[in-house]
Amino acid sequence: MTASDFLSRLLAALLTLFGVGVVIFCLLRVVPGDPIAMMISPSATPADITALRAHYGLDRSIFEQFVIWIGDVAQGDFGRSISLKRPVVELVGERLPASLELVFAALIFGVVSGGLIAVAGTLSRKTPVEPLLDLINGLFLAVPDFIWALALVLLFGVLWPVFPLSGRMDPSVSTDFATPFYLIESMIRLNLAVMLDILGHMAMPVLALGLPLASIIARTLKEALNEAMVQDYVLLGRLKGMSEMRLVLGEALRNAVGPTLSLTGVQFTFMIGGTVIVERIFSFPGIGSMAIDAVINRDLPLIQGIILAFGTLFIAINIIVDALSNRLNPRQTHG
Amino acid sequence: MADLSKTLNAILREPRAATSCCFLLLLVTLAIFAPALAPRDPLEQDLMLSALPPAWIDGAEPGFLLGTDDLGRDIFSRVIFGARIALIVAVAASFFAAAIGSALGLIAGWYGGWADRIISRLIDVWMAFPPVLLSVLLVAVLGSGLTSVIVAIAIIDWTRFARVVRAETQAQAGLDYVTSARAIGFPQGQILMREILPNVAPVIIALISLQMGISVIVEAILSFVGLSVSSDIATWGGMIASGRQLINESWWVLVFPLIALFLTVLAFNLLGAGLRRALDPVMRR
Repeated sequence: MTASDFLSRLLAALLTLFGVGVVIFCLLRVVPGDPIAMMISPSATPADITALRAHYGLDRSIFEQFVIWIGDVAQGDFGRSISLKRPVVELVGERLPASLELVFAALIFGVVSGGLIAVAGTLSRKTPVEPLLDLINGLFLAVPDFIWALALVLLFGVLWPVFPLSGRMDPSVSTDFATPFYLIESMIRLNLAVMLDILGHMAMPVLALGLPLASIIARTLKEALNEAMVQDYVLLGRLKGMSEMRLVLGEALRNAVGPTLSLTGVQFTFMIGGTVIVERIFSFPGIGSMAIDAVINRDLPLIQGIILAFGTLFIAINIIVDALSNRLNPRQTHG
Repeated sequence: MADLSKTLNAILREPRAATSCCFLLLLVTLAIFAPALAPRDPLEQDLMLSALPPAWIDGAEPGFLLGTDDLGRDIFSRVIFGARIALIVAVAASFFAAAIGSALGLIAGWYGGWADRIISRLIDVWMAFPPVLLSVLLVAVLGSGLTSVIVAIAIIDWTRFARVVRAETQAQAGLDYVTSARAIGFPQGQILMREILPNVAPVIIALISLQMGISVIVEAILSFVGLSVSSDIATWGGMIASGRQLINESWWVLVFPLIALFLTVLAFNLLGAGLRRALDPVMRR
């Protein structure tokens, strides 16, 4: 990708983000209920209300309000949460790292296990194992994260209680952390007890988010591998006496990984959206579980901040995946 | 009509799609005749009969096949009545999402130019929102209730149809029959509606089935967080939410609505996959 390509892509991304801002701003202006009415005390006079209205800029036109808001956002000021009475940037900054650790753990799990299933399926072509793997994976493809999360609650929370049902870590093990990335920090400090506790708490949400990703990667990658396995260069390798394993991993995989990569990018953004409900089911203190509370409490500044955080994340992932697949696609690099 | 019966035959020959079809027909029957078929009133509370286990476990009472919840309501009857909301949302939301998305997809794919640019940009913006959060937000804006849930799902999921129909329309527009229709001098709108739409329709129909599965899940999620219909109507999501609270005391409150939800989603998925294979002229050959 050349520099001008990158710039135009960045510009398009900013335009999309601006669109997200416009949509979210308009949407929240039509929310029934007056934010001022929720703030004032019963003894407030009409003059007080007018003053408060002017203080928050609510007496101006929608357009003026939008310009002021977007100006503040551009400077990194997302306002204060109404329900939690703290700056939105602080709240999102506290919760986002927990969600990021969760989704990246789920991404790693999904890619590794999906890749292993695809390779296993390709190696077991024309054996009874292949249709069995396909059947199980076909079943898994229909199960969304919401159902996985609840099935896991039953399985590993009740039937065979190995993992804790809620939270990010046990209150008793909490030590002082220098960063909000507790898992990574405990890994770097080699604090094994804390690390295992956090991993145990993350296990079920990671599985719930990662299993749908794993099954879709398994299917797409296996189809691409099967296609690659009948190409001439694989045939040549086979004539040279390469082992089946080496043909799959050394030859076919490199050519089959492209379509899977762009699919993984799209699915990864879906998975990040899934944190909203999965974090809620496991009371995991990330940005997703905060989002639903913000909506229920009609906390407009917080909702705006969270959605812009999600939007930025989605667009960033899209750009990274585009850049990666450009690099991997030989037709575009050699062309 | 010959086409329709051929399609039906193709679906019924596939065991998975045929089973899904039968399951969904059973579900529709249960939902329509719920008042006659359910053994009890789904709302009838009886604290003397609360938290009864399913019939095959010690401590069960006769007449409560799948047990009762913490308020003594019959779970079997509630699962049957829950199918009503699930199916109404599935059908209505998917229909509206398909209508909006297909219309925009046809326009973008056929006319191209600035219409395509605007619609494509709109899809990009839409895809930058986390769908579950957006649906929660929309329902909060619109006020909870059945209509809001349906509208919210349609507003979010039209992009799925728009993207596919746009690509499919672009592909069709380059084919010979369209060129001939142009050469004869058919008006643009007529080519789009009478020539292209029937050829794009199979894709739309298969997508509708998949969308129904997604709509059922989204409705369950909204009921789960308490933003769907009012709590005096039985929904699978609402039952799952109370089951999640009671997980350590009475697991059956969570299990049975979850199984109903899973089977319904699975059936819509398998039917959608079967439809796609049956309706795709290339794959059919």
